[in-house]
Amino acid sequence: MAYRITVNGESHAVTAAPETPLLYVLRNDLELNGPKFGCGLGQCGACAAIVGGKLTRTCLITLEDVGDDKITTLEGLGTLQKPHPLQRSFIDEQAAQCGYCSNGMIMAAKVLLDRNPNPSDEEIKNALEDQLCRCGVHNRVVRAVRRAAELAK
Amino acid sequence: MTEKGLSRRRFTQSLGIVVASFALAPRAAFNQAPGTLPFSLRNNRRLEGWIRLEPDETVTIFTGKAELGQGILTALAQIAAEELDVGLEKIRIVGADTSRGPDEQYTFGSQSVEQSGSAIRAASAEVRGILLAAAARRFGVRPEDLQIRVGIIASLDGKRATFWEVASADPSLLTGDIAAAAAPKKPSDYSFVGKSVNRIDLPGKLTGAPSYVQDMRLPGMIFARVVRPPRYGAKLVSLDETAVRSLPGVVAVVRDGNFLAVAAKREEQAIAARNALASAVHWSDDAVPLPDIADLRGELQRLRAETIVVGASGQSEPAPDQAKRVSAEYGRSYLSHGSIGPSCAVAWLKDGRMTVWSHTQGAFPLRGDLAKVLGMPNAQVDVVHMPGAGCYGHNGADDVALDAALVARAVTGAPVKLQWMRDDEFAWAPFGPGMAMRVEAALASDGKIVDWSYDVWSNSHAMRPGQAGGVNLLAAWDLSTPFAKSPAPHIPQPFGDGDRNAVPPYELPRKEIRNHLLLDAPVRNGSFRTLGSHGNIFAIESFMDELADVAGSDPLAFRLAHLRDPRARAVLQAAADKAGWTPGKKGDGRLGRGIAYCRYKSIGMYAAVMVDVEVDRKTGAVKVPRVVMAADIGRVVNPDGAKNQLEGGIVQAVSLTLMEQVAFDRREITSRDWSGYPILRFPEVPSIEIILMDRNDPSLGAGEGSLPPTSAALANAFAHATGRRMRALPMTPKRVKASLS
Repeated sequence: MAYRITVNGESHAVTAAPETPLLYVLRNDLELNGPKFGCGLGQCGACAAIVGGKLTRTCLITLEDVGDDKITTLEGLGTLQKPHPLQRSFIDEQAAQCGYCSNGMIMAAKVLLDRNPNPSDEEIKNALEDQLCRCGVHNRVVRAVRRAAELAK
Repeated sequence: MTEKGLSRRRFTQSLGIVVASFALAPRAAFNQAPGTLPFSLRNNRRLEGWIRLEPDETVTIFTGKAELGQGILTALAQIAAEELDVGLEKIRIVGADTSRGPDEQYTFGSQSVEQSGSAIRAASAEVRGILLAAAARRFGVRPEDLQIRVGIIASLDGKRATFWEVASADPSLLTGDIAAAAAPKKPSDYSFVGKSVNRIDLPGKLTGAPSYVQDMRLPGMIFARVVRPPRYGAKLVSLDETAVRSLPGVVAVVRDGNFLAVAAKREEQAIAARNALASAVHWSDDAVPLPDIADLRGELQRLRAETIVVGASGQSEPAPDQAKRVSAEYGRSYLSHGSIGPSCAVAWLKDGRMTVWSHTQGAFPLRGDLAKVLGMPNAQVDVVHMPGAGCYGHNGADDVALDAALVARAVTGAPVKLQWMRDDEFAWAPFGPGMAMRVEAALASDGKIVDWSYDVWSNSHAMRPGQAGGVNLLAAWDLSTPFAKSPAPHIPQPFGDGDRNAVPPYELPRKEIRNHLLLDAPVRNGSFRTLGSHGNIFAIESFMDELADVAGSDPLAFRLAHLRDPRARAVLQAAADKAGWTPGKKGDGRLGRGIAYCRYKSIGMYAAVMVDVEVDRKTGAVKVPRVVMAADIGRVVNPDGAKNQLEGGIVQAVSLTLMEQVAFDRREITSRDWSGYPILRFPEVPSIEIILMDRNDPSLGAGEGSLPPTSAALANAFAHATGRRMRALPMTPKRVKASLS
C-alpha cells in the first residue's frame, strides 16, 4: 500500500503494508536514527516520536493509523550544527551514557515542555516515568530538562 | 560501503569517532615484546598500530577497547591529546577492530584506562619524542631547544613546523616497534587529563546521527530474526516452513539443527515471518530442570561444585574458643543485564570474507569463536566494534553476531542485519548468576574479629567467547553438528570470578575463604557488571553491620577498627563527613541510614557509600531518597565522566537491590519483558552526591566499583530503619512485608 506521511515538516511517499509499525518506516524507509527499537511492546519508550502532538510509541502505532497526523522525530528538533535547547542541555549536562534511550527522553521532555514550560523536578520525573534508562543517568536527565526550560525563557 | 549506504565519512563527521571500516586489508603488524612494557603494548608493539598522523592534519588513535557508553573513547582521546600536545579536536579514535587495531582482548573489569590508557600514553610520548628529534635534525638545533605547542614544533630562533609537516618528510618515521623509552609527561604538567571534557560521541547520538550498529544500512541489506526454543533443552522436532516461505518479502528460512532464523527484505516482514515460523515449528518437551526460585540459596548449595580455598591466613593456629561466634547466610538472585536495545549485529559474507559489525566487548575473542563455528580461518573473519545499547557485561551481543553470520552465510552476498526481539534477550542472553553466601565469624570481648570463615556458591561469571575447550556462543550449541560449551575458567584472586571480592578487606588474624564453583549450570550464566563482587560485598558488608551490632559498636567505627589502608579509611571518613554520620543514631522503624565499603577487585578503586532509606511498612515499598559516595580512583582522567559512571552504578545497584530478579518456573524463564523484569524508574531514583578523592596515584577504573557497596549499604540502611535484616536480594515489597510481620 502507498501512503503519504509528513515527517519533520516534509511529506514522504511510503510503500508498506498497512499494519507496519511506524518505527520501521521511520528507521528503514526514511533512514532516521532517532527512534530506536527497544521492546516492540510499548514498555520502554526508546522508539518515541511525536505524532499529532502526542508522545507516541512508534513500535505500536501502525502506518495506517498515522493518517494525516504530523510526525516529529528527534531529527526534527535540531541538528548537530544547530541542536534544539533540549539536545543542547543533554550535551551540557552529559545526560547520557550509551544514549540508546535518549531519543525517548528528549521526545517525552519536548512534549512536557510544550505543555508546561516551567515544570518542577517532580513533574519532570513523573513525565518521564514510562521512559526506561538502564545506565542510570536519570538525575542528569532531570537537570537537562530543567536547563532546557531555563534556556527557553 | 557505497552510494546509498551510510558512508564512513558521514559516520566520522557525525561522531568525532571513526567507527566503521569496510574495506581495509587485514594487517598483522603486531609482534611479541618483553614484559616491562605497558600490558597492552606487549603483544601490540608497532607504533603505527596505535597512532597515525593523517594528511588532513588529524591524528588517528587505535585502541583495542570498545565504547560501551562508558565514555572510554573520550578518556583515551584525552590521554593521547595530552601526551602528544595536540588539541582534542584533532584526535580521531577508532575502537576495537580486528581488521586494523591492536588486540586488547576484552573491554571489561574497569581496566581500559589502566591498560589502553597506559599503552596510548607510551605510544603518544614516543611519537612526540620522534617528531621532536626529527624537527631538531631539520632545523639543525638540539631537541631541548625546541618547544611544542598544539601540534606545532618551534625553535628558539623562530623556525616552525607542524607535526604533520615533520612526519610527511619521512613516511617510515612513525613506524616500527615501540621502544617505550620516551618519558611521558609529569602529571603536574597535565592540561587535558584531569579536566571534565564532554563526551565526543554524544552530540551525534543526541541528534540522531547514525551511531549504533542498529543504524547501519548497507546496500542490498536484508533483515533477519531468530526463533528460539521455548526453554533450555528443547529440540526442534518438526517444521513446516512452506507457508512462511510464501510470506511477503521472505528471502530465506535458515535451519541448522535447533537453530532457526528467517530473513526478509523488510524488517517488519522479518518480524512477521518470525512470528509465523514460531507457530510452524514443533519443539520437543525436553527441559533442563531449573532451581526452585523460592529456595534458591539451598538449591545452589546442592549443585555439584568444585571447591577452592581462595584466601586463608592464620589457619595454623586453632580457632579461638573464648570468642562469640556469629553466622549468617545471604543470597542473590539471577540478574539480567536489561540492555534497553536488544542485541544486534550486521554480518556480510563477501568474496570469501566474513565481516561482522558487533557491539561485543571482545572483538578479537569473538572473531576466534566465530571462525571456529564457521569453519573459516581467523584471517578471513573480521569483527568491527560498533556501539550498541549499554551492556553492563556479557549480554546477547556475541550470540547475535553468530546468529547474523549464520544467516549471512546462507544468503551469500547480501549483508544481514539481525536484531533480537525483547524476549530473545530476556530469555536467552547469559544472566549474572544467582549466588549463595555463608559467613561465620568470631568476636573477641574487645569487639575485634578474631576468626572469619566464608563460603560462596555460584556458577562461573566468566563464560565469554574465546575461552579454551569449546565455543561460548548460543547458536553453536544448537547446530546439527554442535560445539561444546567451554568449561568455566579458573580466574585467580584478586580478580576472581564468583569469588571476586570474597576475601574481605579487613585486618583479620585468622580467616579462610572458599569458592564453590558450581559445575552444573541449569540457568545460562555469564558476566554481569562486577561479577561475584556484588553478592560478596552484599554479604560481607551486611555481616560487618551484624557483627558491629553484636559487638555493640557503631558500624563506621567498627569498620575503621578493622581497616589499616589509609585510602580505605579516607573514603569512609569522607563519605561519613559529607552525609553527616551520627554514631549510635537509631532508626525509627521507617527511616534509616546504612554504610558500606568496598575496594573493587581488592586492587581497584575504593568506594564508601551512605544510603538513606524510607520504608513504607504497609506496602513494603523501600524508597532511597539519598546516596552519598566517596570514591578514590587514583588520578582522574575525566572527573565528570567518572562521576557519570559512579552515579550509574549506584542507580543500577538500587534497582538490583530493590526489584531485580530473573523469574523462572521449574522449566523455563518467565520474565520475558519489562513487566516481568521491572527496573528503577525516574520517581524512584535517589539524589546522589559523589566525592572524588584528590589523588595523584595511578588511575583505577571507575566503571564498576560503585555498584557492590551500594547494595550492601541499602540493606544496612533497611536493617537500621527497621531492626530487621534482609539477607536475600532483591528486597521486594513482598519480602519486606514478610520480614516486618
